[in-house]
Amino acid sequence: MTDLVELTIAEALDGLAKKEFSAVELTQAHLKEMEKARELNAYVLETPEVALERAKKSDERRAAGKAGKMEGIPVGMKDLYCTKGVRTTACSHILDGFVPPYESTVSQKLEDEGSVMLGKTNMDEFAMGTANLTSYYGAVRNPYKDKTNPDKFLIPGGSSGGSAAAVAAGLCMAATGSDTGGSIRTPASFCGIVGCKPTYGRCSRWGMVAFASSLDQAGTMTRTVRDTAIMLEAMAGFDPKDSTSANVPVPNYEKALTGDVKGLRIGIPREYNPDKGLNADVRHVWEQTAEKLKAAGAEIVDISLPSTQYALPTYYLIAPAEASSNLARYDGVKYGLRVDGNSLDDMYTKTRTEGFGKEVKRRIMIGTCILLEGYYETCYLKAQKVRRLLCQEFAEAYKKVDVILAPAAPETAFGKDDDSTGDPLKMQLYDVFTVPSSLAGLPAVCVPAGTSEVNGLPIGLQVIGNSFQEETILRVAGAIETMSGMTIRPLRVGGK
Amino acid sequence: MSYIIKGETGDWEIVVGLEVHCEVISKAKLFSGAATAFGAEANTQVSFVDAGFPGMLPVINHECVEQAVRTGFGLNATINKKSIFARKNYYYADLPNGYQISQSDHPIISDGYIDVDLENGETRRIGIERLHLEQDAGKLMHDQHPSKTFVDLNRAGVALMEIVSRPDIRSPEEAGAYLRKLRSIVRYIGSCDGNMDEGSMRCDANVSVRRPGEPFGTRAEIKNVNSIRFVMQAIEYEAMRQVELIESGGKVVQETRKFDSVKGETKSMRSKETAIDYRYFYDPDLIPLVLDDAMIERLRKEMPELPDAKKKRFIEDYGLPAYDAGQLVAEKEIANYFEAAAKGHDAKKVANYIMGDLFAVLNKQGKSISESPVKPENLGRMVDLINDGTISSRIAKDVFAFMVEEGKTPDEIVEEKGLKQVTDTSAIEKMVDDVLAANPDKVAEYKGGKEKLLGWFVGQTMRASQGKANPAMLNELVKKKLDA
Repeated sequence: MTDLVELTIAEALDGLAKKEFSAVELTQAHLKEMEKARELNAYVLETPEVALERAKKSDERRAAGKAGKMEGIPVGMKDLYCTKGVRTTACSHILDGFVPPYESTVSQKLEDEGSVMLGKTNMDEFAMGTANLTSYYGAVRNPYKDKTNPDKFLIPGGSSGGSAAAVAAGLCMAATGSDTGGSIRTPASFCGIVGCKPTYGRCSRWGMVAFASSLDQAGTMTRTVRDTAIMLEAMAGFDPKDSTSANVPVPNYEKALTGDVKGLRIGIPREYNPDKGLNADVRHVWEQTAEKLKAAGAEIVDISLPSTQYALPTYYLIAPAEASSNLARYDGVKYGLRVDGNSLDDMYTKTRTEGFGKEVKRRIMIGTCILLEGYYETCYLKAQKVRRLLCQEFAEAYKKVDVILAPAAPETAFGKDDDSTGDPLKMQLYDVFTVPSSLAGLPAVCVPAGTSEVNGLPIGLQVIGNSFQEETILRVAGAIETMSGMTIRPLRVGGK
Repeated sequence: MSYIIKGETGDWEIVVGLEVHCEVISKAKLFSGAATAFGAEANTQVSFVDAGFPGMLPVINHECVEQAVRTGFGLNATINKKSIFARKNYYYADLPNGYQISQSDHPIISDGYIDVDLENGETRRIGIERLHLEQDAGKLMHDQHPSKTFVDLNRAGVALMEIVSRPDIRSPEEAGAYLRKLRSIVRYIGSCDGNMDEGSMRCDANVSVRRPGEPFGTRAEIKNVNSIRFVMQAIEYEAMRQVELIESGGKVVQETRKFDSVKGETKSMRSKETAIDYRYFYDPDLIPLVLDDAMIERLRKEMPELPDAKKKRFIEDYGLPAYDAGQLVAEKEIANYFEAAAKGHDAKKVANYIMGDLFAVLNKQGKSISESPVKPENLGRMVDLINDGTISSRIAKDVFAFMVEEGKTPDEIVEEKGLKQVTDTSAIEKMVDDVLAANPDKVAEYKGGKEKLLGWFVGQTMRASQGKANPAMLNELVKKKLDA
């Protein structure tokens, strides 16, 4: 029998349909793999009982001819998604022991389509981070190794670092992620997997622990573009419980994967190619990929998105502002951590001081500050104006091009103990290419496109599309995947 | 006539603006499906949205939106087709999300007015700046445990309409009239039950004083006053306090005060320096609220007749004096009762009986008009019996009392109790003769010039008739016999 944890979703669905193996066997194989790879710290909670029970039911459904789109597929669930009866903490101390009495819409849809949840994956606390270093449950290790320094502890990127590491290491066939400013695409790039942040409103936010409501979007993390198409179709759709979800029909994304890019106009934004701050290997892979697409019949168009330079500061005003309000509910009164005090205010202070990590507190304070009278006008409202400007610039660009091709991260995965990790401002720079499309609410998929000559680590590129053009970006990503011919698999720490 | 405070240094005028919170009548809360019934067991009407659970999202309840639009029509205001919800951020144990969803610079309703009637017959127009929708908070109970506070979230998330007047109010009386009128309007519309004692209508008063004709002074805000009478008292006290403060060389500070209804005083709660910055910003969980024309038109067509229109009609159709019409339309139930009683009868007389005898009885029994022991059709019929001479107004008092006690029709009562008016001249003549014969000394006195005794003879004869004699005939006959 083939190694079940090496299969793609498409292959596994095929094998399950042909009865080559059962969902229970597929799940067991992954549970075993999870046990072996605990040093990655990809999961903060393993749920083998839930998984095996669901796998058994999945086999029964399949036998009864009622297979869903993800029938029997083992998935990891980012700890940001509320899962009924299963502890959900968004990897924050403040949500200690919180067991939601409800299931998020996205995880429910995945379950309804037959997927099997293996456990909750690690993440940056409240999805605030770029390297998965802010989790209360500790850092996640990237399963890839730097060939110049194989012992170096590499970060997987954040905030969906646990999901990315788990997918890359074969600890699940796919995982949910969430992307506020790059939280799916950065880890996808660092871990050599496909990460898709669909259009804002494409997936319901109901039951997702909120970070910044106007930016948060659920998305997929898989090993192939086809798997992304399958999973996204299962997750997406209008939800009347989320006022910001879009009432737009969900197409068959797999059908869009024609591999044909002939005649497609692909924009290369010059602002994403700065003299400083872009790794030479990343630039090389980007240029090479553009050439390959051109050779395949696409038209490469030089475009400009002049406000790009303002995207990062804009994001770091809007996201903390919303977060400061969204996180106000964690006050020790209703659930999660509570540290008693001698008055209500004292209890609030003690609970929040102990419950939140440093980065979360930093963002709450920034966000609180910029919403104050005076700063609101000079910071928050100005940021909203820049955000509108960015949207307009993208809209202009999409009159000339069908998709935009850009790096997802300026570097390959870095070390946990590198100097930059201690400096929040340096860490923010890793979001520079992902944040503009987040602010504009546009769909973007990060696909592995090559490896670094220097350290052998994967490099992902992102394909950014116009609103609800997921089919087009997946089509281009599929073509890039084929062209890159990437076959590298992680040299797993302590594993194969 | 304006309300002026005579200070030691001259005249002062008061300036008042009122912010009224009206709890919206709706089956479900503003952003969750939880129920809203008053008086339910603690924490039984709470959804995960209301309790601020992670990942929960608000979804607007259109029933509440429609109530706000209806109320907007009632306030002669502009219905804004696009309005935006914002978060008002502050920490308190009765606020599970750490923010209240409200509307700040784009309210659903703006620029309206209501006309209020004053006791001297004047009508004053009070401007309405805005009406916006927002969530109510939960309730804290500090008296259930020696060291703990209990939280009841039943009310958390219930829809409120905050109705903000312009600073057009110039006296405690106007404030009272404004509140009564506002309450009447929302009750007519059915958008709020207006019960201040249950907290479904709450009032904050912004009060300042100035020399007549000068710019506005610094205002103090008196929070959460829970009856119309207290609002009037609080304004009166606060204005006096400010005048005395200024005249003794002090300065009014912008602050929040609360009203102590036992002492009849206002007390400082917090000053502007320590005021909370609520960090308002648009709620990213909600999209702008956009009203479509068809909905607005439908609601406009469905609007019931409101107090002003009804008053006008009562004056025109029933010939009522303006004051009486105003009294009768103040409550929809009273107006309905009046119309049911007046239809086809002497409306003016019916109105008098309602405002006089009936109100007195209801007041005494602590009943509302909908619980009236006298059915409206019976009251109308009683007025008919007076007008056609079957009973006298004097007897009508008895008939009315019997209707209150027994609930029977006036015809039944007149029949059973034999209260029919005596209009037979010879019968009355005989009674007069008997009275004169029994009191020869008084007759002599009368004839001797003590003409005041005429009334005494009339009274005696009426008593002899057990009140049933037609008073006009009786008067005439007594005079005729005495003068003969």
